[in-house]
Amino acid sequence: MYERAEEVRAKDGRAPDVFREGKWVPMRCYPDDEEVDFAIVGTGAGGGTLACKLAEAGFSVVAFDAGPFWRPLEDFASDESSQGDLYWTDERISGGDDPVQLGSNNSGRGVGGSTVHYAMVALRFRPEWFQCRSELGYGRDWPVTYDEMEPYYDEAEHALKISGPVRYPWGRRRKRYPYRPHQLNASGLVLARGAEKLGIKWAPVPLATLSAPRGMAHPCVYRGFCIYGCSTNAKQSVLVTFIPRALKAGAEIRDLSMVDRVEIGKNGRATGLHYHREGAWRRQKARHVVVAGYSIETPRLLLNSACPEFPDGLANDNGIVGKHLMIHSGPGVWGRMEEEIRSYKAPPSLALTEHWNYDDNAKDFHGGYAFMSQGPLPNAWAETLAGRGLWGMALRQEMTAFNFMAGLRIVGETEPRPVNRVELADEKDDLGIPIPRVTFSLSENDKKLMEHSLGSMRAVLEAGGAQDLWDDKDSSHLLGTCRMGDDPADSVVNRDGRSWSIPNLWICDGSLFPTSGGVNPSLTIQANALRIGDRIKEMAGRGEL
Amino acid sequence: MSEFQTPYPSYDVLDKWDSPSWNDQTRETVARRLDEVPKREFLTAKQWSLLEAISARLMPQPDREEPVPIVPWIDDRLNKDRRPGYRYAGMPPMREAWARGLNAIAAECTDRFGKPFEELSSEEQDTYLTDLQNGEVSDRFWGDMPVQCFFSELLLKDVLEIYYSHPVAWSEIGFGGPASPRGYVRTGFDERDPWEAEPADV
Repeated sequence: MYERAEEVRAKDGRAPDVFREGKWVPMRCYPDDEEVDFAIVGTGAGGGTLACKLAEAGFSVVAFDAGPFWRPLEDFASDESSQGDLYWTDERISGGDDPVQLGSNNSGRGVGGSTVHYAMVALRFRPEWFQCRSELGYGRDWPVTYDEMEPYYDEAEHALKISGPVRYPWGRRRKRYPYRPHQLNASGLVLARGAEKLGIKWAPVPLATLSAPRGMAHPCVYRGFCIYGCSTNAKQSVLVTFIPRALKAGAEIRDLSMVDRVEIGKNGRATGLHYHREGAWRRQKARHVVVAGYSIETPRLLLNSACPEFPDGLANDNGIVGKHLMIHSGPGVWGRMEEEIRSYKAPPSLALTEHWNYDDNAKDFHGGYAFMSQGPLPNAWAETLAGRGLWGMALRQEMTAFNFMAGLRIVGETEPRPVNRVELADEKDDLGIPIPRVTFSLSENDKKLMEHSLGSMRAVLEAGGAQDLWDDKDSSHLLGTCRMGDDPADSVVNRDGRSWSIPNLWICDGSLFPTSGGVNPSLTIQANALRIGDRIKEMAGRGEL
Repeated sequence: MSEFQTPYPSYDVLDKWDSPSWNDQTRETVARRLDEVPKREFLTAKQWSLLEAISARLMPQPDREEPVPIVPWIDDRLNKDRRPGYRYAGMPPMREAWARGLNAIAAECTDRFGKPFEELSSEEQDTYLTDLQNGEVSDRFWGDMPVQCFFSELLLKDVLEIYYSHPVAWSEIGFGGPASPRGYVRTGFDERDPWEAEPADV
C-alpha cells in the first residue's frame, strides 16, 4: 500500500533540512579512506545522541544508518498504513515460547531510529533500579548509579524540551520539566478518574512533544498519528533534535548505509566499517567504532564480524553477546465507556500511574510496571479486536464502537535471562548477511507480574467508568543483549560502553541495559548516551583513548 | 449477523479532502489507494478467486455494490515481497506461506465438502474458517505449517489492515481520519470538534 522512498539524500556536502520542505543544510563529508575519530553504526536514541555529543566535543564523526533520511514536513502522510517505511522490515525469525512481534512494534529504520515513530513517553528509571540487586533483591546491578545518571537525565530532558507536570509524584525530587504538560484527552481522563477514586497517584505523562513553540516547530496539534511519523515536527525525535545539532557540529550522517562488519586489524583493534551504499560495498576507516543498532542489530553485527582474531564474534570472549534479551510485557485491559472517548485525538498515552513501580508492598513478584492510557487508530484497533477472536461481520460491527472504547496497557519489566537471545540464522538477506533469529520466553516471574497488572488495570478502568472489560496481550521495546557491567566475565562492555576485549570498540544503545525497568527506555538510552559522550571526552583529555 | 449498521450514516471523511485536515502528501497517498488499484501479478487466477471468497467472509460488505478492494492489495504486497520485518519460527517466508496456505485451503475444502471453497454456502465457509482459526485442520493438507499463525498473522491481519486503510471504513466507524496540518482542539469526554463525525441520533 506504500512505496519505499529509497534515495540517498545525505551526500555531496549537504543533508536534508528537517525543518523546511525541499531544503538542505550543509554537511561536512569525509572520504572513506580518511581515518575519522568515530564511526557510529545507527543514528537512533543511542547513536544519534552520541554522534551529536562527540561532534560537539570536537571529534570527527561519521554516523551510518541503514534507513532513509526523512524530511517530516513533506514525507509523513496522516495515514497508518503508508507509514510502513519507518520500520525495520528486513526478515527476522522470531521464536521461543512467547515470540516477540518485531517490525512496527519495536524496530525503526531511518535516521533518528525508533524515536521517529515512538510514543514520546519520557520517563526516568526508578533510582533504586540501577542497583536493583543490592537494594531490591532481584535482577542485576547496573555499573552506574542514579546519582551519575541524574545530570544526564536533566540534560536529555532539556535537549528534548520534555513537557511534564509541575510536580511528578514519583522518584527523587527533581527540577521542573522544561515545558508545561499537555491537556489530557478523554482516554487519559479515564485513567485519572479511576486512579483518584481508588486513591492511587497518577500523572500526566512527561512527553517529548512540544507544548509550546520551539525554533521552527510549533506546538503539538493533537493529530494523534504519533506512533507513525510526526508531520509537524512537534515530536522531539532524534531526527529533529540531536541530528541537526550533530550536523552543525561537523558530523556526517550517511543514510541508506547498511554495515555488515566491523573490520579488525592484525593487532586485534577495530580499523573501520565495511558497509553497503548505493549498490556498492565500501570501507570507512576509523580510530574508534561505536555500534548502536539496538538489541537485535547490535549483536547481529558483532556476531557477523567474527574474524580469525575473534572467531566467536566481537566482544564475545565470554559468549554472552546476544544473550539476556528483554522486552517490556504489555498486557492491556479494554472496556466500553458511556461517554464518547475518541482516543484517536492527541498523543496515545497522556496519563499514567507508576504506582506499581514504586510501591513494593503486596507484590508476589519482583520488578515493576507502569500503565498508561491508550489511543489506537483503526488499523491497530482492528488488530486488537482480531486478537479477541473476532472476524467477519461481528468484527465489522464491533468496530463501530471505536469512539467509546478506553484502555490501559502496561510497560512491564521482564527478567534478563540467557535463554532469551539473538543469534545468526543460516538464512541470508538480500545483501548476503545472515538474518537474526530472536528467541524469547516469559519467565514465571514475568507471568506473575503480568497477571498482577491485569488486576490493577481492571480496578482502575472499572473505577474510571468502563464496562464489559476484557484483556489482551502485547509487548513493547527491546532491551539488553550486550549488557554493560563491572566484571568482564559476565558483561560485554564496561560502564562506559567500551568493549573489554577490543579497546576501540564501543556500544551505545538499549542493548547495554542489564535490566529492563518498568518504564519506556528511550530517555534512559539517551541519558546514558550523553553520559558516555562525556566519559569519552574526559578519557580523551587524559590520553586514555 | 449479516446486517451492518453504522452510527455515522451521514459522515464521510472524504468531505474533509480540501480542508486543513488533509495535506498534500496525505491526499496523494489516499488518492493512489482509491484510484490505482493494482492488477493481478503474483497470485494465480485460482488463488485470487479463492482469496476473494475468503476475504468476503472475513470482512463482509453486503451493503456495498462495490466492495472495498482487498485482494488486489494483498497481491501487490506479495508481488513486491513487502514483508512486515519478521516471521514466526516454523512459518515459511511470506510468499511461500501464502501460496501454501491458499493451496491447502483449496485442497482441504474440496476433500471435505466435495466442492471448492468459493462454491460453499456462507455458513459452510464460516465453519471452515472457524476451523482454520482454531487449528482444526488436517496435516494431510497443511503439513508442518502453523495454521493458526497463518490465519491470524497473514490472512486476517492483512484483510483487516487493508480494509481499515480505506476512507469508507474510517467513515463507518466515525474515525476523524487524516489530521494534518489541522489536528484537534477539543479532547475531553463527549467533546467533539466541528470537523469530527456526528452520530445519527444526536
